[in-house]
Order: sequence, then structure tokens, then C-alpha cells
Amino acid sequence: MIKEDRFLEKIADFCISKSKDLGSTSSNVLVMNTISENVNIRNKKLDGSERSENLGVTLTTYIGKKKASISSTNFSENNLIELVTRCIDSTKVTPEDEYNSLPDQELHFKGEKNLDLYDITHLSNDEKINFIKEAEEVAFSHDKIVNTNGSGFSETKSNFILANSNGFSDGYKTSQFTAYCEVVSKSNGSMERDYEYSSKRHFKDLLTPKQIGESAAKMAISKLNPKKIESNKMGIVFDKRIAQNLLSTFASAISSNTISKGTTFLKDSLNKKIFNDQINIIDKANIKKANGSRYFDSEGVRIEDLKLVKNGILKDYLVETYSGKKINRKSNGRSSGTTNLYFENGDQSFDQLINSEKKLLFIKETIGRGANIITGDYSVGASGIMIENGKFTFPVSEITIAGNFNEMFKNIILADDLEFKYSTNSPTMLVNGITVGGK
Amino acid sequence: MSSFFKNTDLDINKAEKIVSETLNKCDDGELYLEDTKSESIVLDDNKIKSSNYTKDSGYGFRAINGDVVAYSHSNEISEKSLRNSGKNLKSTLKNSEGIYNSEIKKTNQKFYNDLDPVDEKNLADKIKILNEINEYSRSISGSVKQVTANFLGERKNIEILRCGGELLKDSRPLVRINVSVMVEKNGRKETGVYGVGGRQSYDEFLKNDDWKKICDEAYRIATTNLESKASPAGEMKVVLGPGWPAILIHEAVGHGLEGDFNRKKTSVFHDLVGKKVASDGVTIIDDGTIDKRRGSLNIDDEGTPTEKTVLIENGILKNFMQDRLNARLMNTKSTGNGRRESYKHIVMPRMRNTIMLNGKNTQDEMIKSVDKGIFAVSFGGGQVDITSGKFVFSCTEAYEIINGKIGSPIKGATLIGDGPSSLKEVLMVGNDMMLDPGIGTCGKAGQGVPVGVGQPSLLIDKMTVGGTQI
Repeated sequence: MIKEDRFLEKIADFCISKSKDLGSTSSNVLVMNTISENVNIRNKKLDGSERSENLGVTLTTYIGKKKASISSTNFSENNLIELVTRCIDSTKVTPEDEYNSLPDQELHFKGEKNLDLYDITHLSNDEKINFIKEAEEVAFSHDKIVNTNGSGFSETKSNFILANSNGFSDGYKTSQFTAYCEVVSKSNGSMERDYEYSSKRHFKDLLTPKQIGESAAKMAISKLNPKKIESNKMGIVFDKRIAQNLLSTFASAISSNTISKGTTFLKDSLNKKIFNDQINIIDKANIKKANGSRYFDSEGVRIEDLKLVKNGILKDYLVETYSGKKINRKSNGRSSGTTNLYFENGDQSFDQLINSEKKLLFIKETIGRGANIITGDYSVGASGIMIENGKFTFPVSEITIAGNFNEMFKNIILADDLEFKYSTNSPTMLVNGITVGGK
Repeated sequence: MSSFFKNTDLDINKAEKIVSETLNKCDDGELYLEDTKSESIVLDDNKIKSSNYTKDSGYGFRAINGDVVAYSHSNEISEKSLRNSGKNLKSTLKNSEGIYNSEIKKTNQKFYNDLDPVDEKNLADKIKILNEINEYSRSISGSVKQVTANFLGERKNIEILRCGGELLKDSRPLVRINVSVMVEKNGRKETGVYGVGGRQSYDEFLKNDDWKKICDEAYRIATTNLESKASPAGEMKVVLGPGWPAILIHEAVGHGLEGDFNRKKTSVFHDLVGKKVASDGVTIIDDGTIDKRRGSLNIDDEGTPTEKTVLIENGILKNFMQDRLNARLMNTKSTGNGRRESYKHIVMPRMRNTIMLNGKNTQDEMIKSVDKGIFAVSFGGGQVDITSGKFVFSCTEAYEIINGKIGSPIKGATLIGDGPSSLKEVLMVGNDMMLDPGIGTCGKAGQGVPVGVGQPSLLIDKMTVGGTQI
């Protein structure tokens, strides 16, 4: 059973009061309990099962403008006293930093918690196995699916209390159900893999096993016997699962931390046009049952809705307390990063988008971490499918795609097929003028 | 004696009884106990941004029957918790009728000392050096606009309790020091990153002001990149420098030679043992026994002594890297590659220090032989798709080669290749083998473990370069 609030609060209170006794001027503590149960299957047969139960405490103590942190998984009183003592000792020897502080009290979250982020449903191991086995069975009903890389189902429940010495103390339970299926296709000496997965706070919101198995199989088969193409500059259509990565890169380039240090290609871009007129980017924390929803950030600060980009113009940063002070901005509740971040829909259908040029390359997978947020340079390995006159013609692999975000962002055209599948979401995206490295 | 049961109601006899009761009809399994302390001290933007200390202990209890693994872990080391885990394992492996394999090799080998890098040097001294690193790096040139430096230190004590009461122990120190420098000139910004590390004390890397070399190297890479021009795109010849570029070996063939992917037949290499997979002269080993290296281990995380495993000898595929589970199912022996990130993670076959041995060419010969290509000196990181064999890595320092001469530096580009074919395209193997500076972490199925790599300079006939210039 997941630990109840009372238990977590007791540990949090103990750490805060002990820190004060030992000389801290303020402190912040997170106490968290997570229970996770996973099953993995392979070729429709049980491969492994795992149960994990984690308890953790992270304490940050301040003495004036000095700060240090400790974390531990051992909740015995002796150990906690030893750790608080060590934290205070470390704080004393750490140099002052004028920007160190707890968040302003008036920014603390207060209010209703009605986003429905916890689903009490519990599946037995056999129920988990049956769910994901059905997905594999559906995938294996396709002739060219010859193997699996493993499929799995996990159920995770968490509870936490975040407290600080300015009187903030709050927390809540969350749940996450995840099913994935990764299959291997084979034909004429070519072997490819692909996956489908679904991850939701509520069990009932998951894709069905049939949808998961069918989608994984189709994608793995569509990659078989790929060709390499000539190097060229061309329009790239990014599948939603890849397009969301470009949005994540955008988010890391506008955090108060990178902005304050100047280590981002979007420094000095506030109120400037960085996308075309049609582009709007929203970050919204209070969507019911959504994966990215939360009530407050890791400092206890309430989370404002942000329209980060409006008609192509950058209107806001993602701000937390410490680095926010360096750029004279108040926290908008983003110390844990973005929440539900998304591009608003464009005005073209998917079909219109893929018919907009004679030749386009549809990218379904990228490999490598090729985004440099200091220079904005982008270069990754990729595979996908060629689109000719609006028709998917043949799979392509072992190519690279490269460009610079400053230019790529201005060329983004979005379809109208946004879905809330992940916490960061994008409609299908077309970007013209990207360099494809091939033969 | 075990130190894990000091503050619990559990003693080693009680623990052994639960382990034996749970595993007696299983093929394998063990109780893995871990106690880790670690620290991370970060200097950023002229300030000590964070000083974190973590103490984590717990156990992972594993039962294996046939090819099914049941695993339960907890950070509460107590009789009740362990009994619950035992019950949990038994409920997964309902009708288990295995015979416990109690055979495990013994060793007294030690490749690093039992020391505690976290506590043997006090925090104030570490902070002082980080501040010196910051000041020194900024003093190198006015173009240095940002410096980030960090110390990461860890000591991990592990004990493995097997059925019948056999107890295997290891104590592992690990440190890493990183410096990242951002330079700005005429509105252009670039970074350079360099780091060192290994299973030893911080002082081994700090003495004689050796830390200045880390800063100098980070600065050198950053300023080189300031002059860089757009990288070419397309297939061309590639010369790889010695040392860290061996992450090519790690990605291109290393992962594909891990036992699990081959037992499951999802690796492109699974039916290629005894076959030619690389050019003549290419010999690759995975070695857990090099003194004080980041990827070295006295015993792996199942208790098997590590060894020097020959993977590819003179172009011929010889062995896969094995943990106990995959070795048993493939009728072979564990090579001591069974590793896990922590007690929270299951064991998988993982690399240690993966190295290509020396050949006889010089780097100079390689460069001279190339009309148009690139010379890649350092990389950021890589990734591989085991099933299709495609792998990538991103250059952090590279130059164009024109008519046998090294030309301008080029912007960070991704290189993509095909694992099984790329080693057949090795045209020359250098005589300048170098190990990496001790900074590698390998990720697999969400688990990170410290690894090492090494290689001499290499000339590869063709790889696709992900630049923007056609």
C-alpha cells in the first residue's frame, strides 16, 4: 500500500524542525513514496516481473544565503539526524549565493486539487500479463512479425509531501499506467523494430491492447527493406512522436536557467518573432487526468497557464525562483519544467500537409542527441518513409537530417491533428529546407 | 562479516534462510545488498550552484526459473520486508522446478583500492578547487563567458548472498571531474567540455595542478569550435582519433554483442559467431580488469570475477558478453558482464572497458590517404538500434580533410553508420591505442553504468556525415 499523507508529513516535519534546531534559517523537504509493479513478456510468454517500493527524502537547508542538500532512502530516526547534521555542516562551508532563497510565500499554491490524477485501480500480475499478451498476439498475427524485443505493462502509484519552513506543506497521489509493445519484423534479410506505447494516469484511458499491437506491427513492417537516399535539401514531415522532441528542445532553450547564463540560442528573443505567424505554444498545468498536469512545482509554487508563443512571437520564459532572480522575473511555477506543453493546431489537414510538395520525407524515428541549444544546431540520425505526390512510397534509413533551429522554427507548418498522448505534444509538423545526409 | 544487518532485526543467518527457502526450486538468483554514498558538487555561473549528498541503501532479491526473472527490491532492509519480497518472487514463479546452480568462480583479484572518495577529502577543499577551476578557466582568455565545473564522487559497497550462504563482496570507489567552458567571440558562442575520472581518489587527478589541464582542454575545444564552419553532408571517408572516439566500437558492435540480444535473436550478430564481421587486423576486447579504470570491476553484480573477454579477433566474431542467465540459456559461462545500476535494477549483460587493440598504421598515413573526408577527434555521445544495426554519434571536435591534409574545424555533426558493415570498412588500424579519460556512462533499458572505451586511430572507408553543406 502507498504511504498515506500522515506518515510522509511526520518525516517532513521532523526534518524541518531538526534543521531549525541545528541552525538552519530556512529549509525545504520532499518526502516521496513510489510503488511500481511491472511485468515483461516476450513472445507471448512471461519474461520477468518486478516490484519496487521506494521511499525517499530530499532536504535542502539554508543558513542565510548558504545552501546545501542531502537525500536518503533510510528513514530511521538515527539516520535522519545524521543526515540533517551533515546537511547543516555542508551548508556552513558552502559559499554564499545572493540568489539562494525559498520562493515568495504569496506564490505558494493554495486551492482545490481536483484534476483527478490518481486512479485507485489495481491490476493483478495476471491481469497485466493478459493485457500486454493480447497486444503481442495481435502483432504476431502479421506474417512479417517474427520476434519481440519485449513488451510490458507497469502500474505506478506515488504519494509525496513537499514542505518548507515558510509554512508550505502539501502533496498528492498520482498514478501512471503504461503499456508498451516492441516487435521485430523480418523480410528478405532485413530486420527492423518498432514500438507503440500508451501511458496514462487512468487505466481506462489507455489505448486498447489491440490498438497497441496493431500499431507496433504496422510500423515495424513499414520499415522493412529500407533504402538510403541521395544527400539533398528537402521538406521533412515530422511524425508527432518526433515533432514533440523539437518542442522539448524549444522549452529547454527558454528556461530561466539557460536564459540567465546566456547559454541558449534564444537569448534576447523575448517579444521577437521566432516562428511564423500561425504558431502558438501553450503550457497548461490544469488539464484533468493529463500526464503533465500538476498543482504546484517542486518549490510549492502555483503554476500559471502560459502562452509562451503567440502568433510566432516569444512572450514568456519558464521561470523558477533561483535563476528567475538573476533575470528579475518572478517564478511562474516551472522549477519542475513544463507541464502539458503543446503547439496549437495548424489549419491544414494531414493530407494537405503531405501533398504540399512533390517529394517529402516522413521521419518517424531519430537517433542520437543532436540538438545543441547554445548554437541552435541540429543534426541527428534518422529513418522514415519517402512521400511522393502525397503517397508513401518506400522506407528510408541510415540518413542524417541537419539544420539550425533559428531557421527551422521559422519554417514550421503544422497540421490539425494534435492529440494529448504525451505530456509534450505537437501536431504533425512540416519543416522545409532541411539537409538530408545520405549517399 | 556483513555490515548490512547492523541496524536491523535481520542477521545473516535469517537472511540466508529466507534466500534458500525462496530459491531452492529456482535455477538461479541471489540477494543483492547495496549501500552507496554519493555526492555532486556543481559550480555554475561563478557560484557553487548545488552541493548534494546522497545515502542510499537497499536490497534486490532475484529469483530465476528457466528464462523467467522475478525481482523485488526495497530500501527497507528488514525481516518482514525480505519475507514479503520472497513471497512475491514465489508467486511469480508459481510451479518452479529448477535446480539451483551454486557454481560461482572465486577470486582475490583487486583492480582498485577500498577507499572512500566522498569522505576522504572534505567539502570545503572540494569547493575551493572548484572555485580555482572557475577563476583559472576565466583567466585563460576574455572570450570565456561561462564556466561550469563539477565533482561527482561515489562509494558503493555491495554484498551478494547466494543460496547456501555464500557471501561475495566488493567496495567500489568512483570519481569524475568535469569542466565545461563557453566562449563568445563576435557574437558567436561555442562550448568545450572535458573531464577525467576513474576508480580512485580525487587527489589522483588534482595533484601537481593537473586540474588545469582539464580546463585548458575544455578551452581548446571551445575555441576550435569558434572557427568551425558548416559540416559537409553525405558519405565520405572518416579518420577517428584515438581514445574516446572508441564509443564508435561501443555503439557499432559492443551492444550488439551483449548476450541478451543474441539469446533473443534480436541482434544482427546473433548467428555470426565464427564469421568474419570486421576487417583483418581488427581485434576488440571487453576488459573488466584494467587498474582503476571507470569500467573495471573486481566482481560483477552477480559475483562473477571479471575478465578480459575477446569479442572479435582479427576480424572474426569470437564471443558474446554474458551474465549468468543468458550464459546458462546459451550453454556457456558468464564472462563477468552481469551488471546493474543499483539494487533498484535488474541485472543485464553490460560492457566494462571495450577496447580495440593496436594495428600498425600511423595516423599520419591515414590522413594522407584521404582526398575528401573528415577527421573526428572527439564525440559527445552515441546511440544504437540493435535490431537494424544502425548507430550514431555526435562530433564535438572534428576537421575536414582535403587532399591528405587537415583543414578547417567543422561544426558538430552526427555520424551514422551500420554496425555489422562499418567494421568491415576499416581500412587502417593505428598503432596509437589510447584509453578514454574516464568519463563514459552507458545507458541501456533505462539503467546507466560507468564504462570505459579505448582504440587507436582508425580509417573508415565510408560513413554518412550529418552536416548541412551538400
